[in-house]
Amino acid sequence: MIKIYVPRDSAALAVGADAVAKAIAAEAIKNNISVQIIRNSSRGMAWLETFVEVETAQGRVGYGPVTTGDVQRLFAAKFHEGAKHQLSHGLVEQLPYLKNQERLTFARAGLTDPISLSDYRAHGGYDGLEKALKLKGAEIVAEVTASGLRGRGGAGFPTGIKWKTVHDAKADQKYICCNADEGDSGTFADRMVMEGDPFMLIEGMTIAGIAVGATKGYVYIRSEYPHAIATMKEAVEIAQAANWLGNNIQGTEHSFDLEVRRGAGAYICGEETAMLESIEGKRGMVRAKPPIPALQGLFGKPTVINNVLSLAAIPFILAKGGAAYQNFGMGRSRGTLPFQLAGNIKHGGLVEKAFGVTLGQLINDFGGGTFTGQPVRAVQVGGPLGSYLTAQQLDLPMDYETFAANTAMVGHGGVVVFDDSVDMAEQARFAMEFCAIESCGKCTPCRIGSTRGVETIDKIVAGDNRNGNIALLEDLCQTMTDGSLCAMGGLTPMPVLSALKNFPEDFTTPYSVAAE
Amino acid sequence: MLIKETDYGTLPSKSAVMVTLEIDGHEITVPEGTSIMRAAMELGTKIPKLCATDSLNSFGSCRLCLVEVEGRKGTPASCTTPVAPGIKVRTQTDRLADLRKGVMELYISDHPLDCLTCAANGDCELQDMAGAVGLRDVRYGYAGDNHTTATRQGGEENFRFKEKDESNPYFTFDPAKCIVCSRCVRACEEVQGTFALTIDGRGFASHVSAGMDEGFLNSECVSCGACVQACPTATLTEKSVIQKGQAEHSVVTTCAYCGVGCSFKAEMKGDDVVRMVPYKDGGANEGHSCVKGRFAWGYTTHKDRITSPMIRDKITDPWKEVSWEEAIGHAATRFKDIQSKYGRGSIGGITSSRCTNEEVYVVQKMIRAAFHNNNVDTCARVCHSPTGYGLSKTFGTSAGTQDFKSVDEADVIMVIGANPTDGHPVFASRMKKRLRGGAKLIVVDPRKTDSVRSPHIKADFHLPLMPGTNVAIINAMAHTILTEGLENKSFIAERCDGEEFTRWTAFIRERNNSPEVLGLIAGVDAEVIRGAARLYASGGKAAIYYGLGVTEHSQGSTMVMGMANLAMLTGNIGQRGMGVNPLRGQNNVQGSCDMGSFPHEFPGYRHVSDDVVRQQFETVWNAELDSEPGLRIPNMFDAAVEGTFRGIYVQGEDIAQSDPNTNHVTHALESMECVVVQDLFLNETAAFAHVFLPGTSFLEKDGTFTNAERRINRVRQVKKPMQGKHEWQVVCDLAQAMGYDMRYNNSSEIMDEIAALTPTFKGVSFARLDELGSLQWPVNDAAPDGTPIMHIGKFVRGLGRFMITEYVATNERTTREFPLILTTGRILSQYNVGAQTRRTENVKWHAEDVLEIHPHDAEVRGIRHGQLVSIASRMGATSLRADVTERMVQGVVYTTFHHPVSGANVITTEFSDWATNCPEYKVTAVQVTLSNRQSDWQDEWEVRERENKRVAAE
Repeated sequence: MIKIYVPRDSAALAVGADAVAKAIAAEAIKNNISVQIIRNSSRGMAWLETFVEVETAQGRVGYGPVTTGDVQRLFAAKFHEGAKHQLSHGLVEQLPYLKNQERLTFARAGLTDPISLSDYRAHGGYDGLEKALKLKGAEIVAEVTASGLRGRGGAGFPTGIKWKTVHDAKADQKYICCNADEGDSGTFADRMVMEGDPFMLIEGMTIAGIAVGATKGYVYIRSEYPHAIATMKEAVEIAQAANWLGNNIQGTEHSFDLEVRRGAGAYICGEETAMLESIEGKRGMVRAKPPIPALQGLFGKPTVINNVLSLAAIPFILAKGGAAYQNFGMGRSRGTLPFQLAGNIKHGGLVEKAFGVTLGQLINDFGGGTFTGQPVRAVQVGGPLGSYLTAQQLDLPMDYETFAANTAMVGHGGVVVFDDSVDMAEQARFAMEFCAIESCGKCTPCRIGSTRGVETIDKIVAGDNRNGNIALLEDLCQTMTDGSLCAMGGLTPMPVLSALKNFPEDFTTPYSVAAE
Repeated sequence: MLIKETDYGTLPSKSAVMVTLEIDGHEITVPEGTSIMRAAMELGTKIPKLCATDSLNSFGSCRLCLVEVEGRKGTPASCTTPVAPGIKVRTQTDRLADLRKGVMELYISDHPLDCLTCAANGDCELQDMAGAVGLRDVRYGYAGDNHTTATRQGGEENFRFKEKDESNPYFTFDPAKCIVCSRCVRACEEVQGTFALTIDGRGFASHVSAGMDEGFLNSECVSCGACVQACPTATLTEKSVIQKGQAEHSVVTTCAYCGVGCSFKAEMKGDDVVRMVPYKDGGANEGHSCVKGRFAWGYTTHKDRITSPMIRDKITDPWKEVSWEEAIGHAATRFKDIQSKYGRGSIGGITSSRCTNEEVYVVQKMIRAAFHNNNVDTCARVCHSPTGYGLSKTFGTSAGTQDFKSVDEADVIMVIGANPTDGHPVFASRMKKRLRGGAKLIVVDPRKTDSVRSPHIKADFHLPLMPGTNVAIINAMAHTILTEGLENKSFIAERCDGEEFTRWTAFIRERNNSPEVLGLIAGVDAEVIRGAARLYASGGKAAIYYGLGVTEHSQGSTMVMGMANLAMLTGNIGQRGMGVNPLRGQNNVQGSCDMGSFPHEFPGYRHVSDDVVRQQFETVWNAELDSEPGLRIPNMFDAAVEGTFRGIYVQGEDIAQSDPNTNHVTHALESMECVVVQDLFLNETAAFAHVFLPGTSFLEKDGTFTNAERRINRVRQVKKPMQGKHEWQVVCDLAQAMGYDMRYNNSSEIMDEIAALTPTFKGVSFARLDELGSLQWPVNDAAPDGTPIMHIGKFVRGLGRFMITEYVATNERTTREFPLILTTGRILSQYNVGAQTRRTENVKWHAEDVLEIHPHDAEVRGIRHGQLVSIASRMGATSLRADVTERMVQGVVYTTFHHPVSGANVITTEFSDWATNCPEYKVTAVQVTLSNRQSDWQDEWEVRERENKRVAAE
C-alpha cells in the first residue's frame, strides 16, 4: 500500500486538489496499484499546489503543482515509487523553502491528516495540555509569560500579561475567545492552522481555559472560511468524543468546552470588541475601552481574546517550555512568526521564522522576488492598515519595535509585495476606501473621515489645490489616528501617510487606471 | 426662564469608594467609576460632547470629549474613561483643540447649513459644539458624498438621501440632519426598552432606522419620546416645536394620566404650551415619559372643551350657557330642595381621582360639612379599594410599600394582573431595565402581555390563569412555600403576629390549598405554580407589582391580603427591592383616597365614627359632622333607582362609561332630580346632567397629585383656567350657596389645612414640596423628608397579620349559554374612558376598541380577524371587531373601554368585591357571535350622543 498525500487546504482545493485526488485514485485502480490517499494539511508552498507527496523509504517525495492532466503521466513515470518527473521536487524535507524555516507552530503542516487525533498525538499533539493539566493556573500563565509570546493578531500585547489579568479577575464565569476573523489582505496563517491542524488550536484554547479558569471558549471564524469552519467543527466533535473537551478532561478536575461561531461577514468583526458583540448576537460594533475585555469581555465576563496564532503557539510553549520558545527571536519580539507572503511574489506561501529575519530575506530568499520579475517597489506589511515600505527598507528586521520605529507594523505577519507598476496614490485611496466600506460607523473620524479621505486624495491627484489638500489630508490623518475609537480608523492613516511620504511623486499624476 | 437640567454626560457611579483627581489643575473627589467627563462637569468644566448624555451608558463615538492624561499616551475619551486616583487631566490643549476641530469639520461636512431656518435653532448641541470648538471653515467643501441633498452636483439622484419621516403624529425624523450619534437608538434600548431603533448600514452608510427602515409609525416604536429627547440635533423634533419655535420659559408640573405620576417641564411661549418634556429630577420618572404624558396633551385645548357653566331643566333639553352665579345658584337650590323633600341623605357626591388633592379635599369637605352627610365616594371604589382594605388589614397602611426606584434592586419581580408596558409604561421601562440586568420574572395574567415576552424580556414563569382564580394561585404558592420549608422563619417570628400565623398555617397547609388541587381550578400546571413559588421564595429580594387584575374581582380584597401574606411569609417587605405594590390606575387615585373620599373615612383613613377625630374636623371646619358612614357609589345607584337618593355632584369622573352595568347606572342617573357634573367635556354622565360646571385641565390646576408610590408631586399652574375659576373655587362657591362658609385664598392654604388635620401629611406644604421636589407620605416628625420605603423594621400596624384567604369562586359562572370569560383592560395609547386621549392624535394607534379572542375560540364560531362580533352577557350586549390573537388563552376574551360607543360596561355585571364593592370588571361570562350590526344599546347611545349633548345657540 502506497501512501499518497493530497492536501485538503483551501489553497489546494482552489486549484483542484479534490479532482487531483480523485484522478489519482482512479488512475491507481486503472494501473492496479494499491494506494492510500491521505488528505493532509498543506506545507504552505502555495505556488506548488496541488502539492502531492508520495511516501518512500527515503522519506516523502513531492510533486507539484499537479493538475488532473498530469496524473496519468505521473503514474506512467512511476511517481508512486518516488521516481523523477518534471514536477518532482525530491525529498520534501530537503526543500530549502521548508528546511530554512523554524517551524514551531507549523511543525505538523503537511505531515498529518488534520482530523486524525491519533496522527496529532503521534506528532506531539496534546503533550502541552497533558503538562498543563498537572499545573496550577498561575504556573501556566507564568510559563506563557516566560515564553515572551506577544499577541499575534497584530497589536503584540504580551499574552502572559493578558492571561494574568483574566486569571486574577474574580468571576463566576470566564471565557476564551479565539479571534479567527482573519480579514487582512494577504494573510492566511489562521486559516491554515484551522484547516490543517485544528487540534492544536483546540489544545491551545483548552490550556488557556485551564490557565485562567475559563470553562467555555468560542472560535469566531469568518464566514468566508467554510472549510476552516467545517474542519474546526469536526475537530471539536472528535475532541469532545475523546474527552479532550468537555467535563473533567482526561479524568482531571478541569472542564472546558468550545463552540465554533461563524462570523457575520464584516471586516470590523475582527476587531476584538466588535467580535464580542457579534458573538453575543449583536451588530458588530466596536466597544469603547475601558473596560478591557480581560475584565469585562464576552457577556460582561472576564475574557481572554487571542488570535489563532497566539493560541496555536501555546501547545509548543507548554510542551517544550517557555524558555524553548523564548530562545527564538530578537529584542522584545520572541519566538517565531508564521509570515505570509502574498501579492506580486513568485513563491507565495507560509514562512515561519524567528523574529529578526529581514523583509528582504523573506521576499527574495523565500519568495523568490516578484512574480512578474519586475523590481519590488513597495511592500505592505501587516494587512491593509499596515505601512507601505520601500525597496530601500527591505533590510529591516521583522521585529515589533523596529517596525514601530519606522512607523510601520509587523501586524499579523502578512507581507504583500508590489512591483514597479503600482500606483501608490491609488493604494492610498484604496486604504481610505477600504475603511469607508468596512468601518463599523460608530466613531466620527472613521465613519466620515474615511469618505472625506478618498475625496481629498482624488482632489490631490487631480491637482485641485494640491498643497492645501495635502495639508488637509495630513490633518485628517491626525484626527483619525488620535481620534478614532479602534485600530480600524486609527491605523488607516498608516498606509495613506506612508504612501504619501515614500512615494510623493505618484500623487502628482493622474491615477494609472481610472479610479473606482 | 427655561429650565435646563445639568447634563453630566454619563451616568452617576454608585460606588462608596471616593477617588481624588486633578482636572485642569483643580482637585475633585468623586465616587470610583465616575467618568472623567462627569467629574469635570461636577467642577463646572464642560468638556465638548455630542454622543454622551447622562441618561445613557457612555458610548464613546463622537470623539469630541477627548482629553489628555498626564503620563498616559493618546487622547482617551473622557466619557468612557473612569477617574483614577491622582491622575492629572487636561481638558483643553492645542492638540485637543485641533482634534475637536477636526472632528467637527467632519460632522459639518455632512450636515445641512440651514441653521437659521432649522427647528432646533437655539436648542442644538451640534451648533453649540461647532461654536465651542471654534470651527471656522469646512475645508472638505460640501460637494462630497453626503446625506443632506436630494440630488448631487451634476443633478443625479443622491441615493443616500432619505426623505423626512412624518409618520408619527407628534414628531418628525429628518435623516438629513442626523449625526449618527446613536443617542436615539440607545435611548430606545436603555431608557425605554423597546428596541425599535437601530443603526442600519456600515461606515458612511450608517443611518438610524426605525424597525426595518419602515418609518416610525409602522415600526415597533411606542412613541415614548425618549429618542426625541435624546437627539442633540433637529433630526428628531416635536412637530409642535417645528410649528411654534423654541419655548421661552418652562414650569415643572405633574402628568395627569396614570398613577406613575411623571414630572414634566411644560415648555411655554406665553401661555401656549410648546412641548412637554419629562423632568430629569422627577422622582417617579427621572426623565422618562410615555406617549400620553409626553405628547397627548392636545385635549386641553380641544374644541370640545366646555368653558362656560350650563344648566337645563330636563336632560332632554338643550344645554343653556349661564353665568357661574346662576349655575351654582341653580345647583344649590335644587340640592337644598331635594334635601328638604327627601332628607339630608338624599344627595351626595363623587370625587375625582384626576383632580388634585386640594380639589378632592374641598369636595369631600363640602359634602360632609355643607351637605351634612357622608355620601361621598370616589372612583377608587371601582379600581383599588381592595388595595386599601387588604394592605390596611395586613400591614396597617392603605398604600403600596415601595418607591418605583426600589425595583432597581429586586432580584425577582412578580407581576400580577397588571400590564405595565401599556398601563404604566414609565414604570415598565424601569422594570424592564432591571429585568435586562438579570432579575427574574413571574407573570400571573390570562394574557400573554408584553411582559411575558418582548425584546430582551422573557418571563421565567407565566401563569396564564383563568380570570377569577387569583386567590387559588396565591394560596397554592403560599402552600408550596410553607410545605417545602422555604418560608423566612426569623422574619415571621420577629415581625408578625404569631397567633395569626399559626391559625393561617393550619389553613394554608390544607391539601385543598395545594397547587395540585388549586392548579386545576386556575388552569395552571401545578409544577409551574411550584416553580414560581420557589423562585419567589428563594430567588433573592422579591417584589410584587399588581394592577386591577387583582382588585377588580369578587375576591379582590382577599387577593390583596393573599399577596401580603406571601410577602410576609418570605420576608419580602421592609427593604428596597421588595414589597407589595399596587400600580395605581389614575394620576391621583392614591391622593383621592388619602383625602377622605370614602363614605366611612375622613382624610388619612380615619373612621367617621371616631369621636376624637371627628371633633378635630368639626373644630377646624366649624360644622357638625355625621358619625354614620354614607353611601358607596353602588349604594347611591341602588338608592337612586329606589327613589331615596335624588341628587349627585360628580367631579371629573365618567360613571356612565366607567362603571359596571351601564344600563343600571344610566337608569340611576335618569332617576335623579339634580345631577351636577364638573368636567372638561360633555362626557357620558353629562348626558344625564342638569348642571354642567366646566373644569380645568391639569395645565390650569395648582395643587398636588399623589402617585402610586405615595409621592406627593406639585401640579403647578402653567396657564390660567380657561373657564375663569379654579375647581376648588367652584366647589367653595357651591358650598357657600348651600349655606356653608368655605373659603381659601389659594390651594396652598388647602394643603395647610390637610396637613394640620392629617397625621401622615403633617410635614407637607407647598413650600416643602418646592424645596424637595416631592414628598412620599407619611411625612411627619419621625420622617420629615417622607418615607420612600414603608414597614422598615416594624409594620405600621405593629406586627404583620396573616389573614385567612380562602378561595371562593365568583358567582359569575360560564355556562353553555355564556361559555367565554370577558376580561377588560387598557392599551398604551389610550387612557381610561378615553375622554382625554380620544381627543388627541393618539387615536392613530387605537381608533376603536376591539375584542381579542383566541384563534380556537374564533374558529369554532366562524369568526375571522377584523369581523364585527356581538358580545353578550347576562347584562347586555355590544358589538366590536374581532382581533384574533394568541395573546389570549382559550376561553377568555378581552377588550378595552376607551371609546364610549364600545359599551364595554354594558356587558359587565354588578358582582363586586365582598369587602369593598369594587366591581368584578375582570370576569364576565359572555358569548361571542358573528354580527352584522351594532347592538341596540349602541343605537341608543348614538341617539343620546346626538340629543342629550346639544347646546342651545345664543
